[in-house]
Amino acid sequence: MAVTNVTSFGRSGLSDWIVQRVSGVVLTIYLLVIAGWLLLTPEVDFASWKALNSGLCIRILTVFAVLSLAAHAWIGMWGVLTDYVTVRLMGPKATLLRVFLQLGMIAVIFVYVVWTVAILWGK
Amino acid sequence: MNDKRPVNLDIGTIQLPITAYVSILHRVSGVALFVISGLFIWMLDCSLASDESFTALQGILTHPLVKLVLWGMLAALAYHLVAGIRHMFMDFGVGETLEGGILGAKLVLVIAAILIAFAGAWVWL
Repeated sequence: MAVTNVTSFGRSGLSDWIVQRVSGVVLTIYLLVIAGWLLLTPEVDFASWKALNSGLCIRILTVFAVLSLAAHAWIGMWGVLTDYVTVRLMGPKATLLRVFLQLGMIAVIFVYVVWTVAILWGK
Repeated sequence: MNDKRPVNLDIGTIQLPITAYVSILHRVSGVALFVISGLFIWMLDCSLASDESFTALQGILTHPLVKLVLWGMLAALAYHLVAGIRHMFMDFGVGETLEGGILGAKLVLVIAAILIAFAGAWVWL
Protein backbone atom coordinates (compact mmCIF):
# COMPACT_ATOMS: atom_id res chain seq x y z
CA MET A 1 0.00 0.00 0.00
CA ALA A 2 1.23 3.42 -0.86
CA VAL A 3 2.18 5.56 2.09
CA THR A 4 0.40 8.89 1.93
CA ASN A 5 1.24 11.98 3.88
CA VAL A 6 -0.83 15.14 3.96
CA THR A 7 2.23 17.43 3.98
CA SER A 8 4.09 15.94 1.01
CA PHE A 9 4.12 17.92 -2.23
CA GLY A 10 2.34 15.68 -4.69
CA ARG A 11 0.49 13.38 -2.24
CA SER A 12 2.32 10.39 -3.68
CA GLY A 13 5.91 9.24 -3.62
CA LEU A 14 5.96 8.58 -7.35
CA SER A 15 4.63 12.06 -8.09
CA ASP A 16 7.21 13.68 -5.78
CA TRP A 17 9.94 11.58 -7.38
CA ILE A 18 9.18 12.73 -10.95
CA VAL A 19 8.56 16.37 -9.91
CA GLN A 20 11.94 16.36 -8.13
CA ARG A 21 13.65 15.18 -11.35
CA VAL A 22 11.88 17.57 -13.71
CA SER A 23 12.40 20.58 -11.41
CA GLY A 24 16.06 19.61 -11.01
CA VAL A 25 16.51 19.59 -14.79
CA VAL A 26 14.79 22.99 -15.14
CA LEU A 27 17.02 24.49 -12.42
CA THR A 28 20.09 23.01 -14.15
CA ILE A 29 19.09 24.58 -17.46
CA TYR A 30 18.54 27.99 -15.81
CA LEU A 31 21.88 27.74 -14.03
CA LEU A 32 23.73 26.80 -17.24
CA VAL A 33 22.13 29.71 -19.15
CA ILE A 34 23.06 32.26 -16.45
CA ALA A 35 26.54 30.85 -15.78
CA GLY A 36 27.21 30.62 -19.52
CA TRP A 37 26.14 34.22 -20.05
CA LEU A 38 28.25 35.48 -17.13
CA LEU A 39 31.32 33.63 -18.40
CA LEU A 40 30.91 34.48 -22.09
CA THR A 41 29.88 38.13 -21.84
CA PRO A 42 33.03 40.24 -22.20
CA GLU A 43 31.68 43.13 -20.14
CA VAL A 44 29.12 42.27 -17.47
CA ASP A 45 27.59 45.61 -16.44
CA PHE A 46 24.16 46.89 -15.46
CA ALA A 47 23.13 47.64 -19.05
CA SER A 48 23.97 44.20 -20.45
CA TRP A 49 22.58 42.34 -17.41
CA LYS A 50 19.37 44.39 -17.50
CA ALA A 51 19.04 43.79 -21.23
CA LEU A 52 19.40 40.04 -20.72
CA ASN A 53 16.73 39.99 -17.99
CA SER A 54 14.34 42.16 -20.01
CA GLY A 55 13.80 39.50 -22.66
CA LEU A 56 10.51 37.64 -22.41
CA CYS A 57 12.16 34.24 -22.92
CA ILE A 58 14.60 34.69 -20.03
CA ARG A 59 11.80 36.00 -17.79
CA ILE A 60 9.67 32.97 -18.54
CA LEU A 61 12.70 30.74 -17.85
CA THR A 62 13.34 32.59 -14.56
CA VAL A 63 9.74 32.14 -13.38
CA PHE A 64 9.90 28.51 -14.48
CA ALA A 65 13.11 28.16 -12.43
CA VAL A 66 11.68 29.74 -9.27
CA LEU A 67 8.55 27.56 -9.51
CA SER A 68 10.85 24.55 -9.91
CA LEU A 69 12.81 25.75 -6.88
CA ALA A 70 9.56 25.90 -4.92
CA ALA A 71 8.60 22.32 -5.75
CA HIS A 72 12.18 21.03 -5.41
CA ALA A 73 12.70 22.66 -2.00
CA TRP A 74 9.28 21.56 -0.73
CA ILE A 75 9.95 17.91 -1.65
CA GLY A 76 13.57 17.98 -0.44
CA MET A 77 12.84 19.69 2.87
CA TRP A 78 9.85 17.38 3.42
CA GLY A 79 12.19 14.41 3.01
CA VAL A 80 14.73 15.79 5.45
CA LEU A 81 12.17 16.92 8.05
CA THR A 82 10.18 13.66 8.02
CA ASP A 83 13.45 11.74 8.42
CA TYR A 84 14.95 13.66 11.35
CA VAL A 85 12.24 15.66 13.10
CA THR A 86 10.44 12.50 14.20
CA VAL A 87 8.94 11.15 17.42
CA ARG A 88 11.54 8.38 17.44
CA LEU A 89 14.48 10.80 17.34
CA MET A 90 13.08 13.80 19.21
CA GLY A 91 10.21 12.64 21.39
CA PRO A 92 6.49 13.40 21.41
CA LYS A 93 6.86 17.10 20.58
CA ALA A 94 8.45 16.27 17.21
CA THR A 95 5.20 16.15 15.21
CA LEU A 96 4.12 19.63 16.26
CA LEU A 97 7.64 20.98 15.67
CA ARG A 98 7.78 19.39 12.23
CA VAL A 99 4.42 20.83 11.18
CA PHE A 100 5.62 24.24 12.42
CA LEU A 101 8.89 23.94 10.45
CA GLN A 102 7.06 22.78 7.33
CA LEU A 103 4.65 25.70 7.49
CA GLY A 104 7.61 28.07 7.91
CA MET A 105 9.35 26.40 4.96
CA ILE A 106 6.23 26.78 2.78
CA ALA A 107 5.94 30.46 3.78
CA VAL A 108 9.58 31.10 2.80
CA ILE A 109 9.05 29.33 -0.55
CA PHE A 110 5.97 31.49 -1.17
CA VAL A 111 8.03 34.64 -0.50
CA TYR A 112 10.76 33.44 -2.91
CA VAL A 113 8.22 32.96 -5.73
CA VAL A 114 6.36 36.27 -5.23
CA TRP A 115 9.64 38.18 -4.72
CA THR A 116 11.11 36.82 -7.97
CA VAL A 117 7.98 37.72 -9.96
CA ALA A 118 8.04 41.21 -8.37
CA ILE A 119 11.71 41.65 -9.35
CA LEU A 120 10.92 40.82 -12.96
CA TRP A 121 7.64 42.73 -13.42
CA GLY A 122 7.20 44.98 -10.41
CA LYS A 123 7.89 48.67 -9.92
CA MET B 1 3.19 2.94 13.00
CA ASN B 2 4.23 1.04 16.13
CA ASP B 3 6.87 3.27 17.69
CA LYS B 4 7.78 0.59 20.25
CA ARG B 5 9.44 -1.58 17.62
CA PRO B 6 13.16 -2.08 18.16
CA VAL B 7 15.45 0.19 16.21
CA ASN B 8 18.87 -1.28 15.59
CA LEU B 9 20.52 1.53 13.67
CA ASP B 10 22.87 3.58 15.79
CA ILE B 11 24.42 5.67 13.05
CA GLY B 12 27.19 6.90 15.39
CA THR B 13 28.66 3.42 15.73
CA ILE B 14 28.38 2.37 12.10
CA GLN B 15 31.30 2.90 9.77
CA LEU B 16 29.79 4.61 6.77
CA PRO B 17 30.80 3.93 3.15
CA ILE B 18 31.73 6.76 0.77
CA THR B 19 28.28 6.53 -0.82
CA ALA B 20 26.73 7.48 2.54
CA TYR B 21 28.91 10.58 2.86
CA VAL B 22 28.06 11.64 -0.68
CA SER B 23 24.36 11.18 0.12
CA ILE B 24 24.54 13.07 3.43
CA LEU B 25 26.43 15.93 1.78
CA HIS B 26 23.70 16.06 -0.89
CA ARG B 27 21.14 16.58 1.90
CA VAL B 28 23.25 19.09 3.83
CA SER B 29 23.96 21.11 0.68
CA GLY B 30 20.25 20.96 -0.22
CA VAL B 31 19.15 22.36 3.14
CA ALA B 32 21.85 25.04 2.86
CA LEU B 33 20.61 25.93 -0.65
CA PHE B 34 17.12 26.50 0.74
CA VAL B 35 18.57 29.50 2.62
CA ILE B 36 21.14 30.39 -0.06
CA SER B 37 18.34 30.72 -2.64
CA GLY B 38 17.06 33.71 -0.67
CA LEU B 39 20.50 35.34 -0.95
CA PHE B 40 20.63 34.67 -4.70
CA ILE B 41 17.15 36.19 -5.16
CA TRP B 42 18.27 39.20 -3.09
CA MET B 43 21.29 39.55 -5.41
CA LEU B 44 18.99 39.33 -8.44
CA ASP B 45 16.85 42.09 -6.90
CA CYS B 46 19.87 44.36 -6.24
CA SER B 47 21.35 43.70 -9.67
CA LEU B 48 18.16 44.61 -11.55
CA ALA B 49 16.56 47.34 -9.41
CA SER B 50 18.73 50.23 -10.61
CA ASP B 51 22.17 51.22 -11.85
CA GLU B 52 23.03 52.40 -8.29
CA SER B 53 21.96 49.16 -6.58
CA PHE B 54 23.88 47.16 -9.21
CA THR B 55 27.05 49.14 -8.43
CA ALA B 56 26.40 48.84 -4.68
CA LEU B 57 26.13 45.05 -5.01
CA GLN B 58 29.37 44.99 -7.00
CA GLY B 59 30.96 46.94 -4.15
CA ILE B 60 29.69 44.49 -1.52
CA LEU B 61 31.03 41.58 -3.56
CA THR B 62 34.58 42.94 -3.46
CA HIS B 63 34.77 42.46 0.33
CA PRO B 64 37.02 39.43 1.13
CA LEU B 65 34.59 37.94 3.66
CA VAL B 66 31.67 38.33 1.25
CA LYS B 67 33.73 36.59 -1.44
CA LEU B 68 34.25 33.68 0.96
CA VAL B 69 30.48 33.47 1.59
CA LEU B 70 29.75 33.66 -2.15
CA TRP B 71 32.25 30.87 -2.79
CA GLY B 72 30.53 28.77 -0.11
CA MET B 73 27.16 29.44 -1.77
CA LEU B 74 28.51 28.41 -5.18
CA ALA B 75 30.22 25.36 -3.64
CA ALA B 76 26.91 24.12 -2.16
CA LEU B 77 25.24 24.72 -5.53
CA ALA B 78 27.97 22.92 -7.49
CA TYR B 79 28.04 19.91 -5.16
CA HIS B 80 24.25 19.58 -5.05
CA LEU B 81 24.05 19.82 -8.85
CA VAL B 82 26.68 17.12 -9.46
CA ALA B 83 25.19 14.77 -6.83
CA GLY B 84 21.74 15.38 -8.37
CA ILE B 85 23.00 14.46 -11.83
CA ARG B 86 24.34 11.19 -10.35
CA HIS B 87 20.82 10.47 -9.09
CA MET B 88 19.46 10.89 -12.61
CA PHE B 89 22.10 8.49 -14.01
CA MET B 90 21.11 5.94 -11.36
CA ASP B 91 17.42 6.43 -12.27
CA PHE B 92 18.39 5.25 -15.76
CA GLY B 93 20.13 2.22 -14.27
CA VAL B 94 23.69 3.53 -14.61
CA GLY B 95 25.97 2.98 -11.61
CA GLU B 96 23.50 0.99 -9.53
CA THR B 97 25.79 -1.90 -8.60
CA LEU B 98 27.95 -1.76 -5.45
CA GLU B 99 31.08 -1.03 -7.50
CA GLY B 100 29.20 1.41 -9.74
CA GLY B 101 27.78 3.20 -6.72
CA ILE B 102 31.20 3.64 -5.14
CA LEU B 103 32.72 4.79 -8.44
CA GLY B 104 29.83 7.22 -8.93
CA ALA B 105 30.29 8.62 -5.43
CA LYS B 106 34.02 9.15 -6.09
CA LEU B 107 33.25 10.82 -9.42
CA VAL B 108 30.79 13.17 -7.70
CA LEU B 109 33.48 14.23 -5.21
CA VAL B 110 36.12 14.73 -7.92
CA ILE B 111 33.88 16.61 -10.37
CA ALA B 112 32.39 18.75 -7.58
CA ALA B 113 35.90 19.57 -6.31
CA ILE B 114 36.94 20.69 -9.81
CA LEU B 115 33.80 22.87 -10.17
CA ILE B 116 34.28 24.35 -6.68
CA ALA B 117 37.92 25.18 -7.48
CA PHE B 118 36.74 26.77 -10.73
CA ALA B 119 34.11 28.78 -8.81
CA GLY B 120 36.82 29.95 -6.41
CA ALA B 121 38.95 31.14 -9.32
CA TRP B 122 35.92 32.93 -10.77
CA VAL B 123 35.16 34.66 -7.44
CA TRP B 124 38.73 35.77 -6.72
CA LEU B 125 40.28 36.34 -10.15
